[in-house]
Amino acid sequence: MDELQPAERFQESLPPLTAHEAALEANRCLYCYDAPCLQACPTHIDIPTFIRKIATGNLRGSARTILEANFLGGTCARVCPVQELCEGACVLGRDHTPIQIGRLQRYAVDYVQQRGIRMFQPGPPTGLKVAVVGSGPAGLSCSAELARLGYEVTLYERRELGGGLSTYGIIVLREPIEVALREVEALRDLGVQVVTGHELSERAHLEELLAAFDAVFLAVGLGAVPALGIPGEEYVTDGLAFIEASKLDLAHLEVGRRVLVIGAGNTAVDAATIARRMGAEVTVVYRRTEAEMTAYAHEYHFALHEGIQYRFLTQPVALLHRQGQVVGLECVRMELGEADASGRPRPQPLPGSNFVLPADQVIKAIGQEKPRLAQALGLALEGGYIAVDDAFETSIPRVFAGGDCIRARGVASTVMAVQDGKLAAQGIHARLAAARQETLL
Amino acid sequence: MSDLRVNFAGIRAPNPFWLASAPPTNSGYQVNKAFEAGWGGAVWKTIGAPVLNISNRYGGLSVAGQRLVAINNVELISDRPLEVNLREIAEVKRLWPDRALIVSAMVEADPRAWRDIILMIEDTGADGIELNYGCPQGMSERGMGAAVGQIPESCEMNTAWVTSVARIPVIVKLTPNVTHITVPARAALRGGAQALSLINTINSIMSVDLDTLMITPSIGGRGTHGGYAGPAVKPIALNMLTELCQDEVVRASRVPISGMGGITTWRDAAEFLLLGASSLQVCTAAMHYGYRIVEDLIDGLSNWMDDHGFATLDDVIGRSLPQVSTFGDLDLSYRAVARIDPERCIRCNLCYAACNDTAHQCIDLYSPEGLRVQPGFDVRANGRAVADTRPTPQVREDDCVGCALCANVCPVDGCIEMVPVPSGRQSVTWNELTAAQPEVGSDWDAMQRYRAENRIDIH
Repeated sequence: MDELQPAERFQESLPPLTAHEAALEANRCLYCYDAPCLQACPTHIDIPTFIRKIATGNLRGSARTILEANFLGGTCARVCPVQELCEGACVLGRDHTPIQIGRLQRYAVDYVQQRGIRMFQPGPPTGLKVAVVGSGPAGLSCSAELARLGYEVTLYERRELGGGLSTYGIIVLREPIEVALREVEALRDLGVQVVTGHELSERAHLEELLAAFDAVFLAVGLGAVPALGIPGEEYVTDGLAFIEASKLDLAHLEVGRRVLVIGAGNTAVDAATIARRMGAEVTVVYRRTEAEMTAYAHEYHFALHEGIQYRFLTQPVALLHRQGQVVGLECVRMELGEADASGRPRPQPLPGSNFVLPADQVIKAIGQEKPRLAQALGLALEGGYIAVDDAFETSIPRVFAGGDCIRARGVASTVMAVQDGKLAAQGIHARLAAARQETLL
Repeated sequence: MSDLRVNFAGIRAPNPFWLASAPPTNSGYQVNKAFEAGWGGAVWKTIGAPVLNISNRYGGLSVAGQRLVAINNVELISDRPLEVNLREIAEVKRLWPDRALIVSAMVEADPRAWRDIILMIEDTGADGIELNYGCPQGMSERGMGAAVGQIPESCEMNTAWVTSVARIPVIVKLTPNVTHITVPARAALRGGAQALSLINTINSIMSVDLDTLMITPSIGGRGTHGGYAGPAVKPIALNMLTELCQDEVVRASRVPISGMGGITTWRDAAEFLLLGASSLQVCTAAMHYGYRIVEDLIDGLSNWMDDHGFATLDDVIGRSLPQVSTFGDLDLSYRAVARIDPERCIRCNLCYAACNDTAHQCIDLYSPEGLRVQPGFDVRANGRAVADTRPTPQVREDDCVGCALCANVCPVDGCIEMVPVPSGRQSVTWNELTAAQPEVGSDWDAMQRYRAENRIDIH
């Protein structure tokens, strides 16, 4: 790795399949009946069909099969934990190697996106307007579905670029920024108006939207990384901000020589990987053990392969700094106690076991705060997340929500957000059609 | 270690693997190299009338990414001068006295032309002559190749001209582009042939290029039919070989048959031997992979023979022929049903789709809890765990007609087996049944009565 140029170190970790590889792999697929991969995919992409179309050389048809079920097929092909989903369910995995579904999906979607082939047309106009707030996976997916159903959609994004998590939160090794931006472009092609630099922050804004639109879909994601609550906190780098900076301007990314990453989820792996590829010595600090980590097993193994160190049963208690410069992290050893509310053993500090890990940068990646906006808007909550009914409608009529901001149950992931967006669009469509029916009566 | 030596109509070879008359046997350089690799014999690429070849010459068939499942060619006979070929044949034979070296020939339908070429071939010291009555393209338009093989009178007459002159064995190579392969075979025997070989290539248009809309291979924008060969033609070749071996005239003549058509591995070779071939010819597989494949052909066949206790090829040749029958002599009361091994089943459920859509709807799906379920799935379910709730296919044996489609589509070896089960009926063949009760074969009401009496339920 050392002999590679920085740009090469940050290329997508999996190269695209060649035509020959794709043909061989596609022909290996059994084309199962009611295939388990299709069921395992949260967006239920008809995987055997899209793979068969690759095998027959019908790449445009293949991409359509994917994108009809999942408008973010290009992103999901890269970021989905396929081992936990489609590939994990592949019947060939039983005594053999599962089909590389993610890479085949990427092959088909790249084919049309790189050629700028327009896949969908807006539906016949319904005369109804919907505002979508947040241009992450849920917002894009909902907007696309609504546009195809004939709605006039305006998508609001508080940042400069659309794409949300795909654009700002996924490291380039997994998804280059162009891929995310192509998906935003595909949405514009569907006639969706994308308004960036526009933030929804208070109830009055929401009322304005409700006055101007027939429905509002909130796809606002989650908040920042929560505070550690330790002295010296102000010198800790926010993991999400770190990843964002790496996507926007890798050349000017500030990376220490000895980096500590606090937390052991998938974001921690991502932040650690970036620092590592920038040449740092990286150690992940986690207060529990390997067994309780929230990162996927394959992510953990990837991190180990990258040469990232892990220190388990270690809790930071203070960040040490000298003249504004981080010099270390004071930690305490932990032991596992009784199970806590999450069902995992509760880590407890071992008194008097304090020690210092030298470091010149400390990055925190200990999850994300629950959506703060929910309270400002006066929405009913469920476990701190926005509460919705089966049609994804919130406690405020005509206001719908989806994506990570409603993820009270289950795992937050891009593909789940895409499915939320799709289902919410159908929910909006059903509610508005019913409302119109009543007016006509 | 089994003995693979061959004595084919007096032509001896250390093993039955001969290169067929084709591009792999076009020159002394090539045949020398092939013999070095271990081939037991070679049939030199057809010599005879002057020709000009064209480019390009081959079309290839790919199936599901597998290249060259078949090849077709518009190549003609050897375009090298006759005397060059004859000189090289003589040199090769001198260098390799233990190998079978046979020369394929084709000339115009004139006894003097045949006499001239036969004498020249015999002067080389070659072990035999193969008469190419098969080439379906290029030469047939000039009255040679398949044009001879397709007309029994021509086949007999040309063969007779050759056999009246030749002192070395004469093999007649048959074209498959006929309705009944036994007709030209019998004609060749009447003409005095000492052996037969088959199959030559099959008429074919390989494909149309979907970008250029040209027939492939495109020869300056035009295309023509070519001769089809390779793995894809093997079942056709095996059938024609079997038809010959069962023909009473061919059997009575006791002439040996050299089998070819899609032999790619020793397994294919063993099948040709079991259905009556006494030597084997290979072309496409060598064109695909080179001469080196002969090592595994010999090794694999030899190991298989050892495993089965076959000491010599004579123990193998024709051994499966007694099982070949006609529909009228098959036991109508035999019953086999499909049985799916749930341990091996990977739940792709292709058997379910095949049985339900295109066979007899006798496979059901069962949930892990043992409940019969309909296809489909809960859209709320996702994640790899759905694999654990996959329904398992199970055959409703009472309704299974034993068509074996499921066993053929199943991707797992040994997962679906056709298991013989008692039918509860007396063994009877169609021929026996219609001899005893002719009305059953001509009248539907009689057939229905017969079924009712014998409790044959067709759903």
